[in-house]
Amino acid sequence: MPYAIECKKITKIFGNTVIANDEIELNLAYGEILALLGENGSGKTTLMNMLSGIYHPDKGEIFVDGKQVSINSPADAKALGIGMIHQHFKLVESFTAGDNILLGQDKKVKKSVFEAEIKKMCDEIGLSIDPNKRVSDMSVSEKQTTEILKVLYSGAKILILDEPTAVLTPQEIEKLFDILRKMKEQGCAIIIITHKLQEVLSISDRVTLLRKGKSVGTVITKETTPQQLTELIVGHAVELKIERPEVEHSETMLKIVDLTVKKSDGGLAINDISFELNRGEILGVAGIAGSGQKELCECIAGLLPASHGAILYKKENILGKEPLEITQRGISMSFVPEDRLGMGLVPSMDLVDNVMLKSYRNSDGIFVDKKPSTELAEKMVEELSIVTPNISTPVRRLSGGNVQKVLLGREIASEPNVLITAYPVRGLDINSSYMIYSLLNEQKKKGVAVMFIGEDLDVLCALCDRVMVLCHGEITGIVDPRQVKKEQIGLMMTGMKYEEAVK
Amino acid sequence: MDMIIKFLCAAISSGTPLLFGTVGEILNEKVGHLNLGVEGMMSVGACAGFMAGYYTDNFLIAILAAAVGGMLTAFIYALLTVTFMTNQNVTGLTLTIFGVGLANLIGVFALAQSPNGTLKLPETITATIANLNIPGLSDIPVIGTLLFSYNPFVYIGIAIAILLQFYLYKTKKGLAVRSIGENPATADAVGINVNLQKYLNIMLGGAVCGIGGAYCSMIINGGVWINDNVGGLGWIAAALVIFANWKPGMAIFGSFVFGALRVLKFYIPKSVIEIPNAFFDMLPFLMTALVLVVSSARKSSQRKSQMPSYLGVNYFREDR
Amino acid sequence: MNKREPLIRVVGRAERVGKQRVLLTVGAIVLALAFGAVFLLIMGYNPLQVYATILSGAFRSKLAREGTVKVMIPLVISTLGVTLAFKMRFWNIGAEGQIIMGAAFASYFALYCAHWNHWVLILVMFLAGAIGGGLWGLIAAAFKIRWGTNETLLTLMMNYIAQHIVSYLRDGPWKDPEAAGFSKIARFDSNAALDKVLGVHFGWIIAIVLAVIVFVYLKYTKQGYEIAVVGESHETARYAGMNIKKITLRTMFLSGAVCGICGMVQATGADVTLTTNVAGGVGFTAIIIAWLGNLNPFISMGIAGAFSILEKGSTVVQSSYGLSADCADVLQGIVLFFVVASEFFVRYRFVLRNHKEAK
Repeated sequence: MPYAIECKKITKIFGNTVIANDEIELNLAYGEILALLGENGSGKTTLMNMLSGIYHPDKGEIFVDGKQVSINSPADAKALGIGMIHQHFKLVESFTAGDNILLGQDKKVKKSVFEAEIKKMCDEIGLSIDPNKRVSDMSVSEKQTTEILKVLYSGAKILILDEPTAVLTPQEIEKLFDILRKMKEQGCAIIIITHKLQEVLSISDRVTLLRKGKSVGTVITKETTPQQLTELIVGHAVELKIERPEVEHSETMLKIVDLTVKKSDGGLAINDISFELNRGEILGVAGIAGSGQKELCECIAGLLPASHGAILYKKENILGKEPLEITQRGISMSFVPEDRLGMGLVPSMDLVDNVMLKSYRNSDGIFVDKKPSTELAEKMVEELSIVTPNISTPVRRLSGGNVQKVLLGREIASEPNVLITAYPVRGLDINSSYMIYSLLNEQKKKGVAVMFIGEDLDVLCALCDRVMVLCHGEITGIVDPRQVKKEQIGLMMTGMKYEEAVK
Repeated sequence: MDMIIKFLCAAISSGTPLLFGTVGEILNEKVGHLNLGVEGMMSVGACAGFMAGYYTDNFLIAILAAAVGGMLTAFIYALLTVTFMTNQNVTGLTLTIFGVGLANLIGVFALAQSPNGTLKLPETITATIANLNIPGLSDIPVIGTLLFSYNPFVYIGIAIAILLQFYLYKTKKGLAVRSIGENPATADAVGINVNLQKYLNIMLGGAVCGIGGAYCSMIINGGVWINDNVGGLGWIAAALVIFANWKPGMAIFGSFVFGALRVLKFYIPKSVIEIPNAFFDMLPFLMTALVLVVSSARKSSQRKSQMPSYLGVNYFREDR
Repeated sequence: MNKREPLIRVVGRAERVGKQRVLLTVGAIVLALAFGAVFLLIMGYNPLQVYATILSGAFRSKLAREGTVKVMIPLVISTLGVTLAFKMRFWNIGAEGQIIMGAAFASYFALYCAHWNHWVLILVMFLAGAIGGGLWGLIAAAFKIRWGTNETLLTLMMNYIAQHIVSYLRDGPWKDPEAAGFSKIARFDSNAALDKVLGVHFGWIIAIVLAVIVFVYLKYTKQGYEIAVVGESHETARYAGMNIKKITLRTMFLSGAVCGICGMVQATGADVTLTTNVAGGVGFTAIIIAWLGNLNPFISMGIAGAFSILEKGSTVVQSSYGLSADCADVLQGIVLFFVVASEFFVRYRFVLRNHKEAK
């Protein structure tokens, strides 16, 4: 029997430089659940988007049922029996479940017949749903059920689920896995993307691992261990020549106490965490994407309200104060957000205008004084070797590394005593990355308290003085990277407590 | 009593061109395109319909020409906003300026060609578009007048609105169309050809607007061509879409209410109560503004609002 | 199944800049004029002659030139008004209404305080116009920041409400008792009319001064900077510690105020009375001009000039060729269609099947 899906040397390049997928090999049989595992940015979603017709691969071949195909649109994918359940559900909120399931179906059915069909499908795999319920009234897991039914009803035999468990409770996850197993028994081919090792071990038959856009191997689940998987995900220890200057630090800069932050949808992003941020150190924060890093940063920076807890600066609680107020207290806080062009910078403005984003108020009168920012921009271009035609070029047109240099350069120029950086080297080439590391080290040497949210464990371990590991908004441990192994941090990222992980 | 019936009849007649415009715009907005060019599409339809009627003396050809005129105008809009992803507000506004200008330009051109300096529809077609007079039926007191005494446009308009209500809310195609305005990425993901459907529905909407334009040029001024014959009705129609909550069925009711408001001032005897005319004229817009504000204020009522979530947002698959 | 790639698909591209963009726009305008020429040919006119007549018609005499300037004044001022809102990505389609309310506020003083000292009166009317338009603009902004009410549709409705407020004033409290037939508002006392400078009411000076002010405001002031940041991204504005609500309200007040000034200028300068037609579609054309001018006050002024030449010139085309003056609108429309479509090529390109690229 031919494979349900076979990918040969799939390559996708964004822009002209970012290689999202590099000659990826993947295959999937009917009656099998394949887990796709890899760190953020390893190319999982890009690969799946090519299977579901959203992107078109630049190179490589895709075979479905043994035949080579060209998937140009989601309609093509559907015709091939491929159904994708996206991480962010693709449902029409104002429609009922039934309407969502019927959407895009060609066949005509009577309402009563349709409802009977849905009932039958639900019974077969152990789901339940009210087809007349509006999606906007549904819970997350009901929405997911609707998505699954939608894909199944369209006759898909090949299912792709992008992080389906991220939004579910443990009970709901168990229920979902039961359903997936039943579907597997019925002969479906299933790809599941997840970060959680325990889930991979419990649900999948085989695991394909991606790292930095490349497929690094496929293992049979039964024959593997969490340790082996972690090693494959993070790769063999790489010797990074990142400096870690020793700085005397004793003074606590910020003390975070019992901090709880809610997500926009009401769930908990940060759940009752406490830690200290010291002068002259780089505190690394490790964790799977979405473990609360973003909210933690924004909360400390004063952009997101906390529902509970305190952030103490010299015994004064700065929580709940506007960014402006915080600055006025004499805590010069700098924040390099994850979304550089969407939050940290104004893409259509030039370097000068971006440099003055936070300092434009400093001059007197109604006019903006561009002189200091022009000088600063020129200085930054020279010192950070920012590649740009001139300082009046919109930052949108700079490359990722140069964009980051502008952002970090501006934040450092404000002479902060707290510097929070979220994924500062994401998408950057090696040279730019090293420049960012040395900039952070310089700050550390000056006595700045630096928080570094990272994803590459090698970097975290080589650069940071302490590494705090987050999982589901909770701290699973704060470790000295000189004394623990990378794999142990990896295990802690999946929820294992420090004590267990070091066993 | 007699007065009331006359008033209702007048309301329905004066609401009919609005009905076409509103229903046409609903089709545009249901695929997520806020087309401010209703006035332009109606104007071109008005011109095409009138000229075809004038030269062929055939009602069917006139209606068809009006629909095609509106459709071609809408095609310009669709080409620009769907394929070239231009700003919808600016494109729609331009479409209005362009369409009204084009209609007047052709009108003046035709006037110059005509021997006596006026354009009046010939006799056969004038008879066809006159108010119905079905012996027996139209003579029934009250009901006969209320139901069987209109020009053919009124019936065509109501029929189109009912058909489109059915199409949008009761058929699979309609479900697909509505899903595009609600979330084009979802529609795309289930295999609906988003851009094709956008083109089709925008153009169909344009055709309906075009027929509404023909009402303006052929009925309102007694079959004589005058410039600017749509006279802002297209803008009211764009507003009516909100009032009708994006439902063609409600548009029937809404356009007759707006029609009633437009003629109300002629039917309230000054001796009874004196309210400034301007107040009546303002009422439809005031009500629409209120509907807009209230529906945004009350989150709970949003579930009932049929306003497409992606109204005004262009779609490009790789943007996500 | 082995479907072939679609014949044409759209893909993103590295952004075109500088010279290429200018060339693209110029190319679009040339194409548009060529298209217009074909259209004129079909109608049986010599396009070159028509174009030439438009140009000469706008400039042939002092009177014609003054007429062109008169058309241009309200276009420039209201374009400046909507530019402020658009810079913030606030879809103020309500320039018409703001013009009308500005005109109405100013007219109150023109009608009832005509005996005041001329310059005091002019100044008061100017401020009244600004406040009238500004408040009218503020309403939509207030609902927008409170409940997220769609500003496009709301400002559109406010246009009609404003128009009917004026028609109420015309039929009721401000009705000219001496008017025979249709009711109208009395002609203002000459004391309340804008003085003429070089043959045209001095609204043109106001327009130029405002253009400079708006340009400087947007480019060199802190508030202008804030508008640009808020327009680009609310997230970034929040990150930079800006008060988005305050900025939105302030900017919409200013946007409405400038449109209100346009209304005052039209009522006291051009019409010397208040009519429901005081805006006369200018507010809509302004939106198009602002967009074409890339929200730059001086480029917008140039485009407003070109539009005025078209409008004024085409009245001459009408008298000399019998071709309706509406050809100005048609030509404007065609030019805009081509220019907005050309912007597509700044960020996207078409790819033909077999990867032969279309430029």
